[in-house]
Amino acid sequence: MDENVSTSVRQRSSQLLRRIFAFREASVLVSIIAVMLILSILSPYFMTKANLTTTALGFAADGIIAIGMTIVLIIGGIDLGVGSVMALSMVTVGGLTTIYHLNIWLAVVTAVALSLLCGLFNGFLIGRVKLTPLIATLGMMSMARGGAYVITKGSPFSMSGVPPAFRFLGSGSIFGIPTFVVIFIVMIIIADYLLRRSAPLRNLYYTGSNEKAAELSGINVARVKLFVYVTCALLSGIAGILTVSRFNVTAPNSGMGSELRVISACVIGGASLTGGEGTVLGSILGIILLNFINNGLVLMRVSVYWQDLVSGAILIAVVTLDLVSHRKKAS
Amino acid sequence: MNNDNNEVMLKVENITKRFPGTLALNEVSFEVKRGEVHAVVGENGAGKSTLMNIISGLLEPDEGRIVFMGGEVRFLNPREAQDAGIGFVHQELSLCPHLKVSENIFMGRLPHLKNTFVNRKRLKEMTDYFLEKFQADFAADDVVKNLTVAQQQIIEIAKALALDCKLLILDEPTSSITENETKVLFGIINEIKRQGMSILYISHRMEEIFQVCDSVTVIRDGCLINTLRTAGVTSDQVVRMMVGRNIENMYPPKSSGISDVILKVEGLKSKDVFKDISFSLRKGEILGFYGLVGAGRTEVMRALCGIDPCDNKVIEFRGDRVENNAYRRSIDRGIVYITEDRKSQGLFLKMSVENNISAAMIENIRTDFRIDRDKESALCGRYVGELGIKIASEKQKVDSLSGGNQQKVMIGKWLATYPKVLIMDEPTRGIDVGSKSEIHKMLRKLSEEGVGVIVISSELPEIIGLADRVIVMHEGTITGELSGDDIKEENIIIYASNFKTSSRAANE
Ligand SMILES: Nc1ncnc2c1ncn2[C@@H]1O[C@H](COP(=O)(O)OP(=O)(O)OP(=O)(O)O)[C@@H](O)[C@H]1O
Ligand SMILES: [Mg+2]
Repeated sequence: MDENVSTSVRQRSSQLLRRIFAFREASVLVSIIAVMLILSILSPYFMTKANLTTTALGFAADGIIAIGMTIVLIIGGIDLGVGSVMALSMVTVGGLTTIYHLNIWLAVVTAVALSLLCGLFNGFLIGRVKLTPLIATLGMMSMARGGAYVITKGSPFSMSGVPPAFRFLGSGSIFGIPTFVVIFIVMIIIADYLLRRSAPLRNLYYTGSNEKAAELSGINVARVKLFVYVTCALLSGIAGILTVSRFNVTAPNSGMGSELRVISACVIGGASLTGGEGTVLGSILGIILLNFINNGLVLMRVSVYWQDLVSGAILIAVVTLDLVSHRKKAS
Repeated sequence: MNNDNNEVMLKVENITKRFPGTLALNEVSFEVKRGEVHAVVGENGAGKSTLMNIISGLLEPDEGRIVFMGGEVRFLNPREAQDAGIGFVHQELSLCPHLKVSENIFMGRLPHLKNTFVNRKRLKEMTDYFLEKFQADFAADDVVKNLTVAQQQIIEIAKALALDCKLLILDEPTSSITENETKVLFGIINEIKRQGMSILYISHRMEEIFQVCDSVTVIRDGCLINTLRTAGVTSDQVVRMMVGRNIENMYPPKSSGISDVILKVEGLKSKDVFKDISFSLRKGEILGFYGLVGAGRTEVMRALCGIDPCDNKVIEFRGDRVENNAYRRSIDRGIVYITEDRKSQGLFLKMSVENNISAAMIENIRTDFRIDRDKESALCGRYVGELGIKIASEKQKVDSLSGGNQQKVMIGKWLATYPKVLIMDEPTRGIDVGSKSEIHKMLRKLSEEGVGVIVISSELPEIIGLADRVIVMHEGTITGELSGDDIKEENIIIYASNFKTSSRAANE
């Protein structure tokens, strides 16, 4: 009798576990915890508040961009321009304030407007003209980066006399947590919740899962695309502004390679390059996993040159594991 | 039934539509009354789907006008038609595979609270209402990609019903569901008809048309032939109007002589899918496989060809034990499987008719290392002729062909590999009466020439009319085998629903 009860409990809990692990987020979370455990054993410094906050600050910008990239991937698109748009927005803020001595907030508004424009351009080309996202955003990647070089004539410049209110965004802190990280966390929570629950945002999944079907059901696919690319560019721009505020320096080559880092993270977190799948939570967990591992490599004094190699290996390992485990379940 | 209601719901006037190389519709006019089920019939490529696409705002007519509920309408997109009260179940499935059943049924019109959030409770209730109506064997929260084609078809129908429309267009709704579900669908059709809804019903199955429809409009080569009340005509007369000639004897004669075993399968097994599958196929016979949805027929055939792995199999082909059977090896050996799902598994939609037909056996069109254009076009020409495929040019992309003609292109692709064992899964899905009997004749001819033919079909009349021997499956096992005069509807149904074993189980 007792045995029966305990087996049924065990069965039920194993069922529950299996249900939970059907979500990619759960396996990524477990990987993160494992990495954290290992690192805290290997390095006493890892679990300190100082290290964790620095690491979080380090990936906050990528994390904000990842929110945008997630929705782009959900509709089956891709945005290679995020890093460049981020850089463009950074040098806009820097350039307008240092060269033209514009009020910093006006500069910020201009940077946001410029990012919005980049997004509208992408969204128009992809949604209305029906250019493939890869090509449209590849073009944007070059154009925005080029714009950043034009504005700065190629060299980085640092800003002076920045008002404290602006500095607070990127380098202040709230209850001991960097403001940048707080903003980032608030954004994730809102975005994740909206994406799960909001009715109009469900159209993103419909579009990515079967664009034709979405269209036949009266969903305005072109508008969905416009929304997604605009949001993604805006978030990239905002990430840029916050980064300026953090470092007080702007360089035209900032955000180099962030598009691929972010895409990797989203894919690790369950987004699919063919659309229809992905969550903000998953993508952020992907970002955290990659950054913790890089942080671990640094702490263990492994040469930085190893970072890319390891990140690539993790991407392939996670996605392969997921594929294999799902295949087993199917048969 | 109340048929003397004369209020006109939809009036189509002189609609003309041209595609490059094709005059798809030529001045077609007809009327649909309120509360009427109106059939539209015609051969593959006659223009039925095009006409429906025009009515529902998906295509714009070149000429003509549409009057819906008393006013002229000109829908610019499907949404406008839906808002006006026109629901459409398309010939090809159009669902979002990653999303839940409920989210698919209410695609584009999710119930939401005052703020933007999805009202999940209401969504589930509303979905359950429809699933119950269909006595569906799946749940509101199931993800669509895990469901079978038949289940997806039901979702598709539910989706249109959920629109709460005044005119419902059903383009071959029964082509991939079973008899049982068809009955349920007809029940629903009769119910919504009593509520004053009109239905446009497209099907190639005459029995269905005479069972549920009040009137029928016949289209041939884009031209309106006639609109009639079904009560006043016979099925033969309608078919004659459709094809413009007499269709003699629907099914070809049965086998003239059965000889040695070509293919022998023993103890085929795949965990949780099917087990103990043993049968043999002889030269000169057409072997039918019948079963309800989920019986495992498709899975057995796929495993047999080496498309899917399975746990145990012993296969003998012409007396030799088959060892390595990766699917490519099977094809080279001459064992081919023609899928039931042409759109996602059978065709290269963005490629030309020509490229599709040569796809499975590129050897056919090769000279040294080059693809020989002349050979390719000759090969294409041969099967286009043999199967009567209606195309504007050999370079036409397959996705611009009508559904039935796509099916024929897929068959052509496999015939071009000169198969020795031909396994066809639902070979005549979406094929018109005339071509259907041609395909049946072709199968019989192949079988007389010594090709082993296995036909999976969910259409009882087809199985009964065509097969020399029928194997019936139920939930992954073979429950019975019938041949000769025993191939009768009652017998097949008994095996297919496995009454015998279930009553035994009840006694235990
Ligand atoms: N987008 C298109 N481009 C070119 N030709 C087309 C296009 N759509 C349809 N056609 C042609 O128009 C004709 C009518 O096609 P339609 O799909 O309406 O036939 P149908 O009556 O529905 O046939 P089926 O019974 O096979 O579904 C066919 O000859 C088809 O090849
Ligand atoms: Mg059609």
